[in-house]
Amino acid sequence: MTTVRVNPIACDGHGMCAELLPELVTLDEWGYPIVDRRPLPPGLERVARKAVAACPVLALKLVSPPPPVSSGA
Amino acid sequence: MTGVKSAAGGAARQAAAGLPRLLPPVPGDPEELTEHLARHGRPRYHGSALLHAVKSAGLTGRGGAAFPTHVKLAAAKEAGHPVVVANGAESEPASEKDAALLYHAPHLVLDGLALAADAIGAGRAYLYLHAGHAARIQKALTERRNLRLDPVAITVVAAPARFLAGQETALVSRISGGPALPTFDSRRVTERGILVQNVETLAHLALISRHGPDWFRERGTRAEPGTMLLTLHAGGRPRVTEQPIGVPLRSALGLTDAAAVLVGGYHGTWLTAAAVDSLTLDNAALRQHKASLGAGVLAALPHGSCGLVETARVTRYLAAESAGQCGPCLNGLPRMAGALAELAGPRPRRSTLHDVERWAGLVTGRGACHHPDGTARFVRSALTVFGAELKRHASGECTATERAPVLPLPSGYAAPTTEEAWR
Repeated sequence: MTTVRVNPIACDGHGMCAELLPELVTLDEWGYPIVDRRPLPPGLERVARKAVAACPVLALKLVSPPPPVSSGA
Repeated sequence: MTGVKSAAGGAARQAAAGLPRLLPPVPGDPEELTEHLARHGRPRYHGSALLHAVKSAGLTGRGGAAFPTHVKLAAAKEAGHPVVVANGAESEPASEKDAALLYHAPHLVLDGLALAADAIGAGRAYLYLHAGHAARIQKALTERRNLRLDPVAITVVAAPARFLAGQETALVSRISGGPALPTFDSRRVTERGILVQNVETLAHLALISRHGPDWFRERGTRAEPGTMLLTLHAGGRPRVTEQPIGVPLRSALGLTDAAAVLVGGYHGTWLTAAAVDSLTLDNAALRQHKASLGAGVLAALPHGSCGLVETARVTRYLAAESAGQCGPCLNGLPRMAGALAELAGPRPRRSTLHDVERWAGLVTGRGACHHPDGTARFVRSALTVFGAELKRHASGECTATERAPVLPLPSGYAAPTTEEAWR
């Protein structure tokens, strides 16, 4: 259930994500990414990781659901 | 100072109904500690008994989101090393209810803060508010220290005079010594052990600790128990009043006639007069109209004023109050404001309405905070409720006979240009 998320504060609209992951990311009229919030299809995981690594300001993230909270944490 | 609703007959009728609960029965000077203790007595429920009482009472947050208070209390306690923050940095220009509460009943708020801190095992408690309240609150804190009333020390932190200053992540940043700017974190504030509660919520909690959950539920609806503070704009100066949740919206507003009503403030929703006639003062009823009570602002648009002009003025303000951190908000809000200004004037271009609708969609859900979402909701509701007025403007006419502004805005506001403006 991994999803792609963008940190909108960090994002400067470089657009690399839309370039590398057009299946899930499009750009709005100001150049900022509109990210598909549905779970990442398994076939796209590799290219999604590439897009995350390519973001010049590290605004793109792959988010997995948090692990169950352990009481000892 | 804020006018608290005070017609003598009304006050007697309210007192017979056990109202108001939070505000003084007769508006006057702030309640000093001795008066406060004489009126309310000492808390009876503490610790886990209080947590249970709050849950049974069904108390929900009064800062706008109406989230169940007991869930937040439990989550912050669970997170470990919790801190509690009372949020009194009411930053909506149309809302004065927290200011009225802090002025008239500071000890009820401080009781609630101390009780909540104690109940979840918080080592630190903060009261976050606008600088104008700080001196009076410090005096109240001194009174309490002399009686050794509070198990935890309460620190007062001043908020800047910005619309977003009270936003939860901005508050956390400010308490931590940074600017009061929203931040982005995948974990919720409460999950990080920071319990942020609106000052009115804490005041209700302080009363629940005295009178218990059954008493609390004697007013309000089953789903939304209790009373709530409202700021009413219905001609003349704004008034703060306390009403049971679920009363007819029209009677809460205390007005017989209006062209439209803004519910929930500047992130809220315009409703037609017909909708207001059919609705009650609760989120369950308002939800059908995609509206919510927010922090309890009800503002009537008088006949003869133009709703589009009012919406354009406020949208311009909201755009200026963007933190400017997120691209969609930074770009979208000023464009929406510009388009609204055009729609508020004669013969706007046909494309302008479509532009606003598109931008409202584009900014929604794409900020670190909900400022773009709230602004888009407010604007969209105006385009729906003032649809007939849009048509009039298209042919160069306007129903307005009155040009005086209705919705309040800070005088001479401007978009901040330095980080210092956020401290």
